[in-house]
Amino acid sequence: MSPLLTWALLFAIGCLTVAMMFALIRMVVGPRAEDRVLAFDCLYLDTMLVIVTLGLLYRSSSYFEAALLIALFGFVASSAMAKFLARGEIIE
Amino acid sequence: MNATSPAWVDALTATLVVTGAITALIGSFGLLRVKTFFQRVHPPSLVATVGTWGVTLGTVVQSSFVTARPYLHAVLIPIFIALTAPVTTTLLTRAALFRARQRGASDVPPPPASTNNPAV
Repeated sequence: MSPLLTWALLFAIGCLTVAMMFALIRMVVGPRAEDRVLAFDCLYLDTMLVIVTLGLLYRSSSYFEAALLIALFGFVASSAMAKFLARGEIIE
Repeated sequence: MNATSPAWVDALTATLVVTGAITALIGSFGLLRVKTFFQRVHPPSLVATVGTWGVTLGTVVQSSFVTARPYLHAVLIPIFIALTAPVTTTLLTRAALFRARQRGASDVPPPPASTNNPAV
């Protein structure tokens, strides 16, 4: 792997870490519950991108399954929280 | 697995990944900066579209050359995100609209007269 690609991947991981920090600040600040769920939605997408980039950096294909699982469970979690906000219960 | 890939493959991968990462940074910064909730729903879709596609296509390009065969199953991630992100956003916006009407907020439209469901 050329040094250009290594530095580009490190820069991308840095950008995504700052993006995760922005989403985390929005999750702490709020102000309402739906803002926090939206920040969680953005946060798991950023985390998934960090894991895909790490898989590219370490040239390992096992990061792909982790990223796919994070996408799957993030969808389930945020849609369940949206349902809870709308109805007050998840399974009715 | 050959450890080296051509220089143009590395350059293309770096361009795609850095584009995706910077777009994800812009989307998350928009989530922090924009004022109201119904405007704040929009910036994270940058992360879900350009961010995810850029990073994943970079993975596809690089890994196809490293493993010397098409590495297409990484495209499953952005396809899955493209299917699920609109569903999540719609559910969350419906819930936020319902809660704003329950709260008696004045900046949301009233429910249409033809229905009894307050979440529509």
